[in-house]
Amino acid sequence: MPDRHQTKSKYTTDRRIPGAFEGETVSRRRFMTASAHTAGGVAAMAFVLPSLAFAMGPIFEEQDQPWQDVGSTDEFDTETYVPKTITIASGVGEAGKSTVYMRKYDPQVDVEPKDQYNDFIALSTRCMHLGCPIRFVPAAGRFICPCHGGVYNFRGEVDGGPPVRPLDRFYTRVTSGGRVEVGRRFSVNSEIERFSPRDPGAPLDGIGQYLYPSRPSIRKLPNT
Amino acid sequence: MPKLKLPAPPIPLPKPLPKRPGAPRQTPVETATEAGISAVDWVDERTSLSGAARWMMFRKVPRGTNWFYTLGSSTMFAFLSQAVTGVFLAMYYRPDAAGGAYESIRYINNEVFLGEFVHGMHKWGSSVMVILIFLHMARTFFFGAYKYPRELNWGIGVALLILTMAMSFTGYLLPFDQRSYWATIVGVNINGTGPLVGPYLSDFLRAGPEFGATTLSRFYAIHMLLIPGIMAALIGAHLYLVAKLGTTAPPWLKPSDPVKKEEKA
Repeated sequence: MPDRHQTKSKYTTDRRIPGAFEGETVSRRRFMTASAHTAGGVAAMAFVLPSLAFAMGPIFEEQDQPWQDVGSTDEFDTETYVPKTITIASGVGEAGKSTVYMRKYDPQVDVEPKDQYNDFIALSTRCMHLGCPIRFVPAAGRFICPCHGGVYNFRGEVDGGPPVRPLDRFYTRVTSGGRVEVGRRFSVNSEIERFSPRDPGAPLDGIGQYLYPSRPSIRKLPNT
Repeated sequence: MPKLKLPAPPIPLPKPLPKRPGAPRQTPVETATEAGISAVDWVDERTSLSGAARWMMFRKVPRGTNWFYTLGSSTMFAFLSQAVTGVFLAMYYRPDAAGGAYESIRYINNEVFLGEFVHGMHKWGSSVMVILIFLHMARTFFFGAYKYPRELNWGIGVALLILTMAMSFTGYLLPFDQRSYWATIVGVNINGTGPLVGPYLSDFLRAGPEFGATTLSRFYAIHMLLIPGIMAALIGAHLYLVAKLGTTAPPWLKPSDPVKKEEKA
């Protein structure tokens, strides 16, 4: 028995839209279904997307680190490191503080070129293996990490253990009043070249700097 | 061998006839029983849940089913215990990185009635759950219960295992003592060692480049809202598939032979 709805329209037969009139590409029922689904999708996206962006926002937001006073120039020499406390995250009290190891730039020891930001060397105490707090041992002239045995030499370069790159540093500057200020963090590769800060565990030599890209949330100073 | 068939739903009982005048009065126990039955009937008449309950509870299980088959339920009860104790811990806990978090945990442990006990159940229960989920996974693996048609349930189980790990990771920070703090620093940095996406992932976990003011509340929200919701939904799907597909016989059981012998005997 032939289908009495069969028409010659290429739309209704080829695309199998039951009940469509000749020339219609979409039936009313299908149009309503699609509209309802679209409206539902839009309504859901209207709260899902802003919420996701809200949760992911900190990835894209640059957090600036203000310059912080750590003492006068005569507190630091070239022979040893002086620990100073700075705030790396505000609003969390003690949990936001961190120690930096400070000394004066020494042309006999330091290999990197001198510029306006390294009259004083400020080493971060963050181990470059997985972020434990390292400690300077004056008798050994080395930095030692308590967690997994990372060892760094006097310049902060890896002497042994699992760390993948030298210790992070901070920009320093001297004010007109003879005070030393510590600025934002930067990471270094084994040649002590400056890079935007990377997390511990991210190597910076060779392909490492591309496998572990810098993040929008924290950058080194431009052109340094 | 008779064909496997679920038990037929019971035929609804006819309404009891009204009592004859002068019949002995009901005892209170009979009244209470009747009240309970009629309450259940009232709900069932409006939801038809008894069919679902019968489908879930009265399943055929293969011969040889043994104590190893209880590991999944044990894991689920560990999860429920974590959920219940966690809800009550949340009544006293304050996710404040400036010292309030540590202080609130100290308060729970030292001041609150049974606080140390409930906190201890939550703390040790998390290890129990991890151990049980691995034993359950080993049972599934060694009994070959991951094979067709149960691959999807294995996949859901693996997702639940990963989520349990994520729960352990995010929960570890919450007491906010030295151990929590440095373990989380290390854990987040391990996340960061994933090439290309790692740095962004660790920024997401910390809510920024440094462990900051919102890191703790972020971990807290993930720990108590995001992951438990997903886990509860996945446990529901896991259980549905167990009931739908049935459990496997232990691998040492030969197909059919012992059954026939028993039938003859």
